Amino acid sequence: MKYVDEFRDPEMAKTLLKQIEALTLEIPKASKRPLQIMEVCGGHTHSIFKFGIETMLPDCIELVHGPGCPVCVLPMGRVDDCIAIAETPNMIFTTFGDAMRVPGSKKSLLQAKAEGCDIRMVYSPLDALELAKNNPDKEVSFFGLGFETTMPSTALTVLQAEADSVENFSLFCNHITIIPTIKAILDSPDLKLDGFLGPGHVSMVIGNSPYNFIANHYKRPLVVAGFEPLDVLQSIWMVLKQIKEGRHEIENQYNRIVPDDGNNIALQSIGKVFELREFFEWRGLGSIDHSGVKIRDEYAKFDSEKKFDLPSLKIADPKSCQCGEVLKGVIKPWECKVFGELCTPETPLGSLMVSSEGACAAYYQYGGALMEAKKAEAEKTAS
Amino acid sequence: MNELKNKNEETAGATPFRRGGALKADKITMAHGSGGKAMRDLIDDVFIKSFDNPAMGEMEDQARIDLRALQAEGDRLAFTTDSFVVDPLFFPGGDIGKLAIFGTVNDLAVGGAKPLYLTCSMIIEEGLEIDTLRKVVSSMREAADLSGVSIVTGDTKVVDKGACDKLFINTAGVGVIPKGTDIGAKKVKPGDKLLVNGVLGDHGAAILNARGDMSLTSPVLSDCKPLYELIENFLKAAPGTSSIRDATRGGLASAVNEIAETAGVGVLLNEDDIPLRKEVRGFCEILGLDPLYLANEGTLVAFVPAEQADDALAAMKNLEAGKEAAIIGEAVEGTSGRVIMQSSFGGKRIVDMLVGDQLPRIC
Repeated sequence: MKYVDEFRDPEMAKTLLKQIEALTLEIPKASKRPLQIMEVCGGHTHSIFKFGIETMLPDCIELVHGPGCPVCVLPMGRVDDCIAIAETPNMIFTTFGDAMRVPGSKKSLLQAKAEGCDIRMVYSPLDALELAKNNPDKEVSFFGLGFETTMPSTALTVLQAEADSVENFSLFCNHITIIPTIKAILDSPDLKLDGFLGPGHVSMVIGNSPYNFIANHYKRPLVVAGFEPLDVLQSIWMVLKQIKEGRHEIENQYNRIVPDDGNNIALQSIGKVFELREFFEWRGLGSIDHSGVKIRDEYAKFDSEKKFDLPSLKIADPKSCQCGEVLKGVIKPWECKVFGELCTPETPLGSLMVSSEGACAAYYQYGGALMEAKKAEAEKTAS
Repeated sequence: MNELKNKNEETAGATPFRRGGALKADKITMAHGSGGKAMRDLIDDVFIKSFDNPAMGEMEDQARIDLRALQAEGDRLAFTTDSFVVDPLFFPGGDIGKLAIFGTVNDLAVGGAKPLYLTCSMIIEEGLEIDTLRKVVSSMREAADLSGVSIVTGDTKVVDKGACDKLFINTAGVGVIPKGTDIGAKKVKPGDKLLVNGVLGDHGAAILNARGDMSLTSPVLSDCKPLYELIENFLKAAPGTSSIRDATRGGLASAVNEIAETAGVGVLLNEDDIPLRKEVRGFCEILGLDPLYLANEGTLVAFVPAEQADDALAAMKNLEAGKEAAIIGEAVEGTSGRVIMQSSFGGKRIVDMLVGDQLPRIC
């Protein structure tokens, strides 16, 4: 398949792996403890598991699966709000597919649908707007979530709704922004990370300069990475090269997609429709300042939060859940007390078990062999 | 449903002495399930006309099958049932009627049985166009002829609008397993090769596409087809075949996981060897789906002893239903019940049972 197979060439992978291994031999600290590289974005986590990349890397490299899965970091209170909207009479509630199974405090959207709510999966917010136009006697609310990757299409949909004077469409905005969250992780006292793979598709919108503080202030390398397996390997190689040479810079591996200054038109539409919230609650990470956006007052009539009566309660994560520690790379998914027993993809307690981009679900589904090997290794070291 | 049962009547129980009725309505109403004239007309004009065969012609409340004729075919009866609720009713490459026949016929065939007789039970939502029903029934007859089976008895129920989605069909089937044929997941042992008869995921992709999820310019057709002839032929080439499964819902991944678990063996898949249409691959790439979990309706997986694998493959490739057949992996010692795939890229990953539905990823 064109534009795909060239980035999955196994021969080139072998060459890259050799070079990665050679580089690690030249990094003295790699012999003392594994080098920890965090892939911020859930899309990377998915690729890493799908292609078995972790099973190919030398043992002295450890990938830490970061907070970049918007479904995984959604707190239960927001899911409860979704269900409250969905239960409003005469409502068609629309959502991306992978939000369906996220547990709320009482139920998920999938359960609410089974109980009779009209909840539909869509592939684009524009599909939700179309539904609103085709059902003028109903209310249609779209569950907007995602980082800057999905923000522009939601913003453009709101602008389109206004241009077309659609009155029965609104947006339940849960868009979040990655930069403050990376900062929160870097400020964490138990931080051990040596470098980052930056989120390629977020960067396609925001560009590379917003990451400069990571290099300047926190002195860690970040490489904006593509999502095909060779992209991931090459980006790991680029991070290692920086470590070896004692550099900490923002580099762009994904330059076939990511322009240095991002996508100005997308940024303008985001700026027009959204503004930063004072803070936003993240599952597992708690409240992070300026980490979410809300709809500007000019577009209030499209805001589900203003249009409908929502409980908006803060629901604490289940006590047994250690999603936060997994997200920060402090523990491995299988080291969580409830992993695989009380918390499985069928009955997720923590959100990292919900989406295939969540580190726990990925380990549960794809990473069994790797996990068992690492567990055995850890036990051997302990004894 | 009991109440409805009282109101309705068995298709095979219509009286044999009357003149065949003709339907005048355009749409199914509750009257067509009420046991009166409208229902008789429906049965005569739509079902009997299409499914006509000696067993059904007798018009009793049950089909009667000659045991001696069955015994001539083998020494065990295979008996199965399946229900069909697909939406949309018609999709590229097939329709609910075809599925209802091939699905049950294939469930019999993968046990090594020769499929012989089917039942057909329909639950119809009021308001369904009678022309639609005619199309489905005529498609069932064609599929039955192609599979060498007769539909010998049936039933119709009509339910209120909203109580079902347009049309649900249940078919049950009986077949006979020839003496000496013994296929079962428990017989799979390390070293057995894993074969598929063709490309994966066409049905699942065709249905998703027909639902309007993606507008593919070159549409993928459902692979729905009968598998008995193929199985009969490759069992001759590979009589030691341990296990065959129809890789329907849950796709290849679920079928192979089920076998691995029952047999207590590991299975190693080789991604390079798995046949996939490029349209389906692209479709899955864009929607974030895994083709290993997409449904098939004419695709089987078979574990065959290594020494017979090449003959089995050649026998499959000889027939239209198997021309894209391939050996895609093998049963291995250890890692009991685990299915592991060697990815084309070089890494390895677990291929587990599907949890819930495949939900498309957002980014």
